[in-house]
Amino acid sequence: MSINQQSYAATEKFLTRKSFIEMDALGRAASILDGGKGRVLLGPFDRIHSPWLAMQEIVIQEDDGVILLKGTIDGKPALVISIESAFQGGSMGEVSGAKIAASLELILAEHTKGRETRPVILFESGGVRLQEANLGLAVIAEIHSAIVALRNKIPVVGVIAGMVGCFGGMSLAASLCSYLIMTRQARLGMNGPEVIEQEAGIEELDSSDRSLIWSLIGGEQRVAIGQADVLVEDDADEIAAAVRRSFNNGVVSQPRSARVDEYLAKLNEYDPARAADPIALRAAWKKGD
Amino acid sequence: MEILKYDYPSAKSPISKKVHVGVVGSGDLEILLEPSKDGLAHVVISTSVNGYGQVWQDVIDRFFSKFDGAAAIEINDFGATPGMVALRLQQAVEKLK
Repeated sequence: MSINQQSYAATEKFLTRKSFIEMDALGRAASILDGGKGRVLLGPFDRIHSPWLAMQEIVIQEDDGVILLKGTIDGKPALVISIESAFQGGSMGEVSGAKIAASLELILAEHTKGRETRPVILFESGGVRLQEANLGLAVIAEIHSAIVALRNKIPVVGVIAGMVGCFGGMSLAASLCSYLIMTRQARLGMNGPEVIEQEAGIEELDSSDRSLIWSLIGGEQRVAIGQADVLVEDDADEIAAAVRRSFNNGVVSQPRSARVDEYLAKLNEYDPARAADPIALRAAWKKGD
Repeated sequence: MEILKYDYPSAKSPISKKVHVGVVGSGDLEILLEPSKDGLAHVVISTSVNGYGQVWQDVIDRFFSKFDGAAAIEINDFGATPGMVALRLQQAVEKLK
């Protein structure tokens, strides 16, 4: 194949792919499941919405921005938890967070009875919903403990596709997953770039410098330094395949968050007074992996 | 935020299912359309933009000039334009079929 033919083939593949990023939360969830089909649990007509938003003159969404889609993955029962980024930036309120935490807890309870359900979480979240501050924080903690309890029994697979990315308490939830799949467009970080610039000044971080931001917290970098596992294109089929491979890989005996000594040693070697060098970080953090 | 309510007592044809379209995102809205309990059409709108009651009335009137389903419609709006609202309503009717 000549270079021209190769680039033509690559362009063709890009144009004919089914973009995951362009889909809404329900479409994304369906694309993960066998046959693109599932049953919505606690859907909009159940009207389990946030009781706090209307009090603050904010329009609610009837499913509070979290879609639970039950179906199968490789023939095994599965639940895809999909966060709708268009509603309040995918933020976690009391109800949206409780839907995630409670479904993970239910999967764990079912597992002890010998019934296995594969959990997949499609993260797209700015973190806690500020209008529901403490309740949101509390429920994010419940999500964390549910993931930690569950991942010893069955892999918990997380996906961050973009374009919101995954920040705040939900970035911790993503990092607790057995396997984390990211696209190049996705970002993962505790504080978003705008927040860092606002709090520490533009000398610390210029949040408008997109290439800098993605080189620090983008999917490619997160995979390169070992904080995420799989880098995928924005392609629904490729993402669904990566999810299936992750379940086939099984339970992770030493998850990232359990490797405390290793990460503390890496942090101790790191000099925060020097500006971050993403490429040097790759060499330093991949060591020992 | 403003809550608007409209009734369309002449819309009486029975509908058989529940339909959900859209998302409460910037410039968009969600619509929940289901059979109404009293067999007449009712619309309840929560909108993030105040003071557009007359525009809403016009858009919904126009919709019910062609649609006669006895539907209970809930709209949660996050600043959709009238054109967007009309398209989402049309989409909901498409999904009814």
